[in-house]
Amino acid sequence: MQIRNNKGPVKWLLIGLCTVFLLVTLVLPLVYVIFTALRDGIRAYLASVTDQYAVKAILLTVKVVLITVILNSIFGIFAAWLITRFQFRGKKIISTLIDLPLTISPIIAGLIFVLTFGRQSAIYPLLEKWNIQIIFAVPGVVLATIFVTFPFISREIIPVLTAEGTDEEEAAALMGANGFQIFTQITFPHIKWAFLYGVVLCSARAMGEFGAVSVLSGHLRGITNTMPLYIELLYQAFDFTGAFAMSSILVIMALVILVLRNILEYRGRKEKDA
Amino acid sequence: MRKKLLPLLTVAALTIGSLAGCGSTSTGAANTQSGSAEGSVEITNVSYDPTRELYEEYNKIFQTHWKEKSGQDVNIVQSHGGSGKQALEVANGLQADVVTLALEGDVDAVKDAGLIDDGYVDEFPLDSSPYTSSIVFLVRKGNPKNILDWNDLIRDDVGVITPNPKTSGGARWNYLAAWYYFEKQGQSEDEIKASMKKLYENVLVLDSGARGATASFVENGQGDVLLAWENEAFLSLDEHPGEYEIVVPSVSILCQPTVAVVDKVVDQRGTREVSEEYLNYLYSDDAQKLEAEWYYRPSNEEIAKQYEYQGEGNTITELPEDHKWIISDIDLTNIDHFGGWTEATEKHFKDGGIFDSIYEEK
Repeated sequence: MQIRNNKGPVKWLLIGLCTVFLLVTLVLPLVYVIFTALRDGIRAYLASVTDQYAVKAILLTVKVVLITVILNSIFGIFAAWLITRFQFRGKKIISTLIDLPLTISPIIAGLIFVLTFGRQSAIYPLLEKWNIQIIFAVPGVVLATIFVTFPFISREIIPVLTAEGTDEEEAAALMGANGFQIFTQITFPHIKWAFLYGVVLCSARAMGEFGAVSVLSGHLRGITNTMPLYIELLYQAFDFTGAFAMSSILVIMALVILVLRNILEYRGRKEKDA
Repeated sequence: MRKKLLPLLTVAALTIGSLAGCGSTSTGAANTQSGSAEGSVEITNVSYDPTRELYEEYNKIFQTHWKEKSGQDVNIVQSHGGSGKQALEVANGLQADVVTLALEGDVDAVKDAGLIDDGYVDEFPLDSSPYTSSIVFLVRKGNPKNILDWNDLIRDDVGVITPNPKTSGGARWNYLAAWYYFEKQGQSEDEIKASMKKLYENVLVLDSGARGATASFVENGQGDVLLAWENEAFLSLDEHPGEYEIVVPSVSILCQPTVAVVDKVVDQRGTREVSEEYLNYLYSDDAQKLEAEWYYRPSNEEIAKQYEYQGEGNTITELPEDHKWIISDIDLTNIDHFGGWTEATEKHFKDGGIFDSIYEEK
């Protein structure tokens, strides 16, 4: 089908609008971040990002992202498999529940866990007896991050699985393959790219999560302060160089992920076309 | 075929690895927290918003002190935020060995959760407040709106920045100081409420903590006057010389931040000894001087005298070079005037209290 107005003024108007919008809302602030981070010179920048608390925040963020991605991958694949390959009552409900974190405000996610695992909850005496600290500790930060990111991987996989249908799997089953063989040799190769794409989105979101983590972290410096929380801390301590230096690291991490995303998209499409 | 299995195996291996790693770090943390072990000990100090710089410095001198006293290395984990919010988090299970909050009412909240024993106020000298503070105004250079006292805050052309008394301790002191001013003007309770309502109508940003409010005023350029802790106001003067002035109003309030050991946590972790010394040492001469250097009023009167302001008038345009900043020529009320924190909270700050009525009917 011919695209309308490919040469007319509308095209240029839209390009102009998009450019201005992106410049004002995205490029300028990012340039400002880099500029402020380097305001006091490269030495101050390096000092800020190698500060012991900065390093701890970076390591914590990486750790939280890794755990989140791994657990969400397992959950996401199983959930997608369940929803596309089995018929059962309540399937709609499960499918809707998976999407819930997309619509729930992160602060509510945080408060849910405070109510579940906090001192006023019914299970707190048990946790206390076993000396398990969930909220206001690293597990709480991980839980919050998992909660806000868990739809990302399954939501990428489900459409692919639905589109592929079950023919190949049924054929494999008829030929005597067991469930594990079917999954590793038929199903997983199909969803590989969608899965990796989901992983990328999940990591990006997990890295930057602020709201839910803020509620559950207790803001313990050097222990539960992830990068976004640490940035807020520095900003409020009037340490702009530090705050923007850390921001720039977060931005760089995001850019790396963006590049990964594009590579994945490209390779995924190529494989499909082939 | 083998190749296709690889990603799956990697994922599985990573999961097991990370879970194992997770487990071991948490037990590691438990070990260091269980205190009594030789070598090193870790305690957590949950404090309110503006004390971050003070405790950063104090922790250093305390580390030296504790090493000399017990031979142990002590690591202090800090947490800062609006005082009421911090108290709530401790009550909800944030493992704090000591709380150093903005007011007794907030420590009471932790006590009411069953974490601190009754009578904590008498556990340390002077009602467990090693340092005090007061509420002053921070205005922009040259005081363009000519804000000199509390009655200027209810003028139509003045934008006020103060945090939310529901979550911030400093904000509660701000509120009570204003109340005291209008009371001293001879206003009846209804008139005071009307004046307070007017004041809070002028509030442009109601942040959740004192530091957020300072950021709104200083960094984001909101408002004409910031109602601030003395220490917060002087710190802004220090950070941004020549941009702000401090106006000391005719009346204010003696703010008594309260410290306490969280009995339940220290008994569980075995950190009582170091936690108690951590708070006790706040009263030492070295610590008192440090507090004065960070613009808190030392509770030791002799040391406080050494920092008495030498200049004239009630506007401070730049930091005194001799670091003498304490203005004693000011009518300070205190919380007893309001019947103590239990009564003041009940009357003013709890849900449905006076603050709600003046703020919500806006």
